[in-house]
Amino acid sequence: MRYEAPQSIDDAVRLLAAGAGAHVLAGGTDLLVKLRAEMVEPEVIVDIKRIAGMKEITAEGGGWRIGAAVSGAEMSEHAGLAASWPGVVEAAALIGSTQVQGRATLAGNLCNASPAADSVPAMVAAGAVARIAGPKGMRDLAVIDVPKSPGKTALEPGEFIASVFLPARGERSGDAYLRFIPRTEMDIAVVGCGVALSLDAGGKVSAARVALGAVGPKVILVEAAAETIRGRTLDEAALADLAAACSAAATPIDDKRGTVDFRRHVSGVLARRAAVIAEARAKGEKA
Amino acid sequence: MALDQTGKTRDFKVVGTRPNRPDGIDKVTGRARFGADIVAPGMLTGRILRSPHAHARILRIDASKAEALPGVKAVVTRADFGDVPDHVADIMDNCMAGAKALYDGHAVAAVAANSAAVARKALRLIEVEYEVLPSVTDVDAAMRPGASVLHEGRQQETVPGGMSGNVISRVEFGHGDIEAGLKRADRVVTRIYRTAATHQGYIEPHACLATMGPDGQADLWVCTQGHYMVRNTCAAILGMEQGQLRVTASEIGGGFGGKTTVFLEPVALMLSRKAGRPVKMVMSRTEVLRATGPTASTSIDVKIGMRKDGKITAAFAELRYQGGAYPGSPVDMGSMSAFAPYDLENVKTVGWDVVTNRPKAAAYRAPGAPMAAFAVESAIDELAKGFGLDPLEVRLMNGADKGTRASYGPTYPAIGLKATLEAARAHPHWKAPLGENQGRGVACGFWFNFGGDTCVSLNVTPDGTVNVSEGNPDIGGSRASMTMMAAEELGIPYDQVRTIIADTGSLGQNEVTDGSRVTFAVGLATIEAARAAKREMCRRAAMVWGIDEDAVEWEDGAARPAGPNAGKFPPMTLKEIAAIASNSGGPIAGHHEVNAEGAGVSFATHMVDVEVDPDTGATRILRYTVFQDAGKAVHPSYVEGQFQGGAVQGIGWALNEEYIYDKDGILQNPGFLDYRIPVASDLPMIDTVILEIPNPGHPYGVRGVGETSIVPPLAAIANAVSAAAGVRMVQLPMSPPRILAAMQGRGRA
Repeated sequence: MRYEAPQSIDDAVRLLAAGAGAHVLAGGTDLLVKLRAEMVEPEVIVDIKRIAGMKEITAEGGGWRIGAAVSGAEMSEHAGLAASWPGVVEAAALIGSTQVQGRATLAGNLCNASPAADSVPAMVAAGAVARIAGPKGMRDLAVIDVPKSPGKTALEPGEFIASVFLPARGERSGDAYLRFIPRTEMDIAVVGCGVALSLDAGGKVSAARVALGAVGPKVILVEAAAETIRGRTLDEAALADLAAACSAAATPIDDKRGTVDFRRHVSGVLARRAAVIAEARAKGEKA
Repeated sequence: MALDQTGKTRDFKVVGTRPNRPDGIDKVTGRARFGADIVAPGMLTGRILRSPHAHARILRIDASKAEALPGVKAVVTRADFGDVPDHVADIMDNCMAGAKALYDGHAVAAVAANSAAVARKALRLIEVEYEVLPSVTDVDAAMRPGASVLHEGRQQETVPGGMSGNVISRVEFGHGDIEAGLKRADRVVTRIYRTAATHQGYIEPHACLATMGPDGQADLWVCTQGHYMVRNTCAAILGMEQGQLRVTASEIGGGFGGKTTVFLEPVALMLSRKAGRPVKMVMSRTEVLRATGPTASTSIDVKIGMRKDGKITAAFAELRYQGGAYPGSPVDMGSMSAFAPYDLENVKTVGWDVVTNRPKAAAYRAPGAPMAAFAVESAIDELAKGFGLDPLEVRLMNGADKGTRASYGPTYPAIGLKATLEAARAHPHWKAPLGENQGRGVACGFWFNFGGDTCVSLNVTPDGTVNVSEGNPDIGGSRASMTMMAAEELGIPYDQVRTIIADTGSLGQNEVTDGSRVTFAVGLATIEAARAAKREMCRRAAMVWGIDEDAVEWEDGAARPAGPNAGKFPPMTLKEIAAIASNSGGPIAGHHEVNAEGAGVSFATHMVDVEVDPDTGATRILRYTVFQDAGKAVHPSYVEGQFQGGAVQGIGWALNEEYIYDKDGILQNPGFLDYRIPVASDLPMIDTVILEIPNPGHPYGVRGVGETSIVPPLAAIANAVSAAAGVRMVQLPMSPPRILAAMQGRGRA
């Protein structure tokens, strides 16, 4: 096994394109676990942390560009980012332990392609876009299109995610992410739900994106949930419709972490609770 | 050995204080050496190949390609061990499968190689041909006629004909007439309760380093709860004399009963014998969960009759425990302990020991008792609530006391059950208000406690400090406790005594650290060893003073003339006597060897408040208080730690922990991500109340405290959750999907 730490995106792409046995190392919180579990035996590990920009959070067009090696802890400490997209930052902050937070990255969470990844529904709700470097240059791909199925992404050989872009938040907008786990921390989502919404001047929902995690082979953007609350104030009836739409959209399986019935039900419960938080944030209330 | 009769409350100087633990600095600085922390020159890495099938006949093992791989120094299969004595045959088979692999993860071969990478590669080169057989992992399914049978010819005569061969034995305890008692009841509750298999969850995986020379002498460094047991077991399996195998216990990162047997050790010794090199083996977490001993899963019927005033008229339980792939589930202890807290006229328990395609159950903290208590204490709670009675009062009314004939036979001497119930009733927790979706539960628990073979040697150094050598790995602070008892007895400060865990070459036989026996039995032997040393020091002083040795007594760390008639001599301190030891006959030591009896049973009452989220079924533990009899708390912080630790393991068992198998008997959650022990943020601070009802069988009144604390929590939490959720929970774990489904089914039931 060889370790490489290229200084440029081009060098990293060259190393990754050279063979199928190359793995990207950013935080390493998934890769090292897989190495220890003997799930992977890489020929070469390409550490991207020394490439310029990978550790940076930069303002761009009213939004934020987050380098592929920025850790969850660094995101939590970034006041501007946390003010714009508290739901995404909180989702990233739920991954692993305090120690893992010092390493784990948004891009890594996305590329691990786990259906239960915490940051992914939050990013999808936020309309995040991944910037991908590869042998043919750079391309942008909506985060929702990156995971294909458990463990599989849309990345081509030689490609890696260089950054994730969170767009401008917009007026009277807020987001939130909640997950259900049997414990209080150090666990994996049984259901996750990200909600981003905007309100009109009258307090009615003008736009919304609702995404579910861990209830399908990949993240689910629930268009029907957004549709049902658009143009309405989030009263009890609207929240009940939102919950029902999410329960209906979930396509979970029975496994060691939960049952189909439980996951469908809790999809609705979390959507309702996350929407209430997102609405409060959109109104500028503390939540 | 009886409680010292002092005629008044004894005035302890060291016992009952809270000094720093002697192993503390090493553990917080990383200097302490655990199982995997030792290396030897020329050491090889040992790895085990494990069965991917839950039940399969092993038709052929071909290791020739692995043996030919450069860097591989030895390959071991069952054939290398030959025949072993009957008393270790199941242990042998569990360490290395013979004719059949009996569970997912069962060891089938092992290699020793120059590096972990080579060893890993070698495992993949070993060809094993299996004939896969139907498997069974559920206890009730395994008992059904027609179930796939693990072992032919193991069923004992206690089992009636016509039952599945997986039912190994039947036990029965009790007295009185159940049917007559039930007729006098105003209400009878009959329910089936189920509990899942749970693992001890120790953080340190099993690890050892074995070295065997061509002369047949061997040394083994190992993480274990009993290195004498390891020595005796390995010697029998390897065909060695016990005296040729020296075993040294490492520091231990948790055991909770799970390290009271062997898994890697005989294999490491065999690899070392074949390779002629030291071999180190360390399990991964996955191996620990797949192939070491969790506790039994159970299915328990309970039938209890109660009068409307709360008096229990009859109590019956039938307990079915699967203990994994070999006979020996703890159903006997479950059957004995189920009704032990109560004074009952009519009581009976029947227990069934059942084998399944799971790893063999190992001891887990009060083995067998928590599941039985879950069933019994849930039923008592349901009856009490049904009559609108206070559950503490009902337990006080029926509670066992001095003179009660226990359901399992003996008549109790002084015990502390009622003291714990009275303390619970008087505690502010009992009257604290509860909010919406919250519930409170209480339950009692019992554990036998144990004594057993024990050896202690106490040596006085020339400068008058004291070394205590004992033979029981320190899993719960016993070095501190032994140091304290030696200092107490000798009348010297705590920091003048250092206690070590000696290797098997240094002391006689010592029983495993189990049964909450160490503070009791090793403490007793330590006190006796100190008394022997004191007698010797009094003799030396008498010699110096030229008086009769009977005229000298030991008080406050010094020999003194026993009375005015003995003569007027200034006291000789321990240090002064140590200084003249060489010139007065030689070194000074005391030792004591005993098969300790009189361990003294222990009782606890637990009280817990929970909140259940009505939308998700998630349970939060809000408040928890443990009331337990310690006899005499030698180091109260450690006693509190034992109370808290048992409660926390019980919380995990009650709410989330379980072995999950698929239909083919493959374990689905062999890791701490999906085998959910509680994390710190899941827990409130566990409050503790120590009761001290002296054990009549120990000089200071000490009772074991380590195990009783895990007996009540399953039931206490189930009672609290049932109150909060408005539905009786009868199956563990009470995971959120299970609670939510129960709450949603409430209206339909």
